[in-house]
Amino acid sequence: MNARVEYVLRFGDNALVLAQRLCAWVAHAPIMEEDVALANVSLDLFGQARLWLAYAGELEGAGRDEDALAFHRGAGEFRNVLLVERPNGDFAETTVRGYFYDLWASLALAELSRSKDERIAAIAEKARKENAYHLRRSEDWMIRLGDGTEESRSRMQRAVNDFWRYTGELFLGDEVDATMREQGVGFDPTALREPWLERVRATFAAATLDVSSDVWMQRGGKQGVHTESLGYLLAEMQVLPRTISGAAW
Amino acid sequence: MYTSISDGIDGNANGGDEREQAFNARLDRAMKIEPSDWMPEAYRKTLVRQISQHAHSEIVGMLPEGNWITRAPSLHRKLILLAKVQDEAGHGLYLYSAGETLGTPRDEMVAALHSGKAKYSSIFNYPTLAWADVGAIGWLVDGAAIINQIPLTRCSYGPYARAMVRICKEESFHQRQGFEIMWTLAHGTTAQHAMAQDALDRWWWPSVMMFGPPDSESTHNEQSQRWRIKLFTNDELRRKFIDQTVPQSEKLGLRIPDPQLRWNERTQHYEIGPIDWEEFYRVIKGDGPCNKDRLQTRIDAWEDGAWVREAATEHARKRAERSDAA
Repeated sequence: MNARVEYVLRFGDNALVLAQRLCAWVAHAPIMEEDVALANVSLDLFGQARLWLAYAGELEGAGRDEDALAFHRGAGEFRNVLLVERPNGDFAETTVRGYFYDLWASLALAELSRSKDERIAAIAEKARKENAYHLRRSEDWMIRLGDGTEESRSRMQRAVNDFWRYTGELFLGDEVDATMREQGVGFDPTALREPWLERVRATFAAATLDVSSDVWMQRGGKQGVHTESLGYLLAEMQVLPRTISGAAW
Repeated sequence: MYTSISDGIDGNANGGDEREQAFNARLDRAMKIEPSDWMPEAYRKTLVRQISQHAHSEIVGMLPEGNWITRAPSLHRKLILLAKVQDEAGHGLYLYSAGETLGTPRDEMVAALHSGKAKYSSIFNYPTLAWADVGAIGWLVDGAAIINQIPLTRCSYGPYARAMVRICKEESFHQRQGFEIMWTLAHGTTAQHAMAQDALDRWWWPSVMMFGPPDSESTHNEQSQRWRIKLFTNDELRRKFIDQTVPQSEKLGLRIPDPQLRWNERTQHYEIGPIDWEEFYRVIKGDGPCNKDRLQTRIDAWEDGAWVREAATEHARKRAERSDAA
């Protein structure tokens, strides 16, 4: 597959899969205001996914639109990082997963907004504005729940320990990243690691949480090798268009 | 989404003191009653019950449609559905706020829902078994809700009337998106058309029942009409709904599941077959297909979220303490 198609799919799939996870919270959140907030973040991410996927489909030139890419690809064809596909768990796990992603996305989208590919730059610029709110919210919850009660702190620390192993992949580059960087389209993911860690340390200090010690960093999502949970997520999301084929909805 | 209301009104507004005369005078002049105005205790209690039931209906009403958010069949449909369910959370929040202006805190109203003391609209005790149910709910249930709620924008209690203005605008969008889903399915593949018909078959009668028992059995109309918190009777509203919806079903090419349905040239209204009021009362009493699941889901969300609410409160306390110390 063309490197640029592959590259755009990664951003689209990150947004799509995380949006799909978050929308499952709606009507089940701990506070009604959070039903509204989680729906907002999910809506923004679905909106971003549509822009990325539509562009990926155009670049590919095989006649696949956003829905063909969202609903008619198998798990092995998805290019999202493992972090975003991990199950919601409790509100602590959803918060930690969201914070790690939002912080990374704030750095990645800033880079992409300077892309030589104008379409990528425009999508990133729009997404960046939305992401700033997502990060503000998730960072706020990190601190409130980390520095809340004994129970909330222990749930948050456990979630950090569980999710840390999925953060390494965010900063791993491969040939696609290298090609995109050479073309002035993309960025070097390894360069985001230090700024990301620096802000994590500051947030964690305020949240009274510990940064996880060295663990093996899981990887493979960007290349299409996922965790078991993605297959179930897609089975649920794709069931209708796969069951009644050739239909418009 | 919506509620069918006004069951159980306490007391009446007799009596002749000056405050009560002023209150009645405002009602007579169709002026709004505001939170700071004196009002009879029975009026206040009835409103808290009605507004909180309405709020609970919005919140519980997120569940049947929420059931399809993760499975919506296109990204466009998913966005619309998610935004719609989000609106319902917003409606719940405005309505709880309107209820709070009468002196009852939100947590107290929510506790009454969870204990089973407070009711919500019975329509949400039916299951959403297929995607077309999302269309049918928008078209029929929101359609019925609008008919019920538009008069409430003119009701006597200011905060409730104002909340209803905004809610009705959003409901009208919801109704159109539901009709549009039905339209797409009814004009789609054979399987999609059958799905749309099946949804109409299952949602028609429960929607007709949303207006509550027939006027002959509804005991509270008179007082609520006097207080201008109910402006039309159940049967008047039901007839309006049927007159509006039957031609829409014809446009869709779908059949209303009522062999006795016919147009009456003399009255210029549709006539329908008998409503199964036994089913209506059975579902209200708790034996609908989803009563237990719906309430349990809300209780679980509340209980699973307790640690989050406690942590947020504790964090706020710590911050206040630090800023005092600083």
